[in-house]
Amino acid sequence: MTESDYVYVTYIASTPQKVWDALTQPEFTRQYWEHDNVSDWKPGSTWEHRAVDGGKVDIVGKVVEFTPPKRMVITWASPAERDKPEAYSRVTLELEPTGSMVRLTVNHAGLIPGSNMHKGIQSGWPRVLSSLKSLLETGKPLETWAKAKSA
Amino acid sequence: MNPMDAIFKALADPSRRKLLDRLFASNGLTLGQLCERMDMSRQAVTQHLNVLEAANLVSTQWRGREKLHFLNPVPLQEVYDRWVRKFEQRGLKALNRLKQKLEGEAHD
Repeated sequence: MTESDYVYVTYIASTPQKVWDALTQPEFTRQYWEHDNVSDWKPGSTWEHRAVDGGKVDIVGKVVEFTPPKRMVITWASPAERDKPEAYSRVTLELEPTGSMVRLTVNHAGLIPGSNMHKGIQSGWPRVLSSLKSLLETGKPLETWAKAKSA
Repeated sequence: MNPMDAIFKALADPSRRKLLDRLFASNGLTLGQLCERMDMSRQAVTQHLNVLEAANLVSTQWRGREKLHFLNPVPLQEVYDRWVRKFEQRGLKALNRLKQKLEGEAHD
């Protein structure tokens, strides 16, 4: 059960509202994730993870819970598998202020072991979170994303 | 302690690296499960886990009455970006591949 369950944590010198905006507003996500996260963010609505370059939709899902700037739960699947309920995994993002930092926890659960999505998120989340931290703390994202794509 | 110092300190100990390898192989383990196959007392494992948690290399979550431990590689990504990628050149990668090939699959 927990073998396909991941808990990623990063501490970011920022405010919960800024981290929240950086996760949910395309003009921020495109800077460190090279994707636009697009939704009206109402529980029950769909959300899409669209590549900035070309607009290809790489992830689809639904908004389950949206409590700014503390906690959101979304479902997560490849668009090719959008009609298969079992292909949807679940991502819970939690923001907690700790001193002058924000503790951001990402729990990605319910992945199908050995699936491409399972493999993808393991290299994806550390890079995304590291890049987000860099953007909010220094104004610059990491280049790892672009580098990894061209490698 | 500075976060980078905490990461390197945590990684300096072979038992702690072994605990990270265990979590890489099987994520979300209890203290009891982590103690299996570790040749040391439960108390010693707890202390190592505390150091790993302080360095943010291990994250924990409660599921009912069980505290589960997860590998958190995010700080390692930061180490990579700060200490590896900056110095990396194509030539170094090629050398590394050659080294791995000559030394076989053995790694620490």
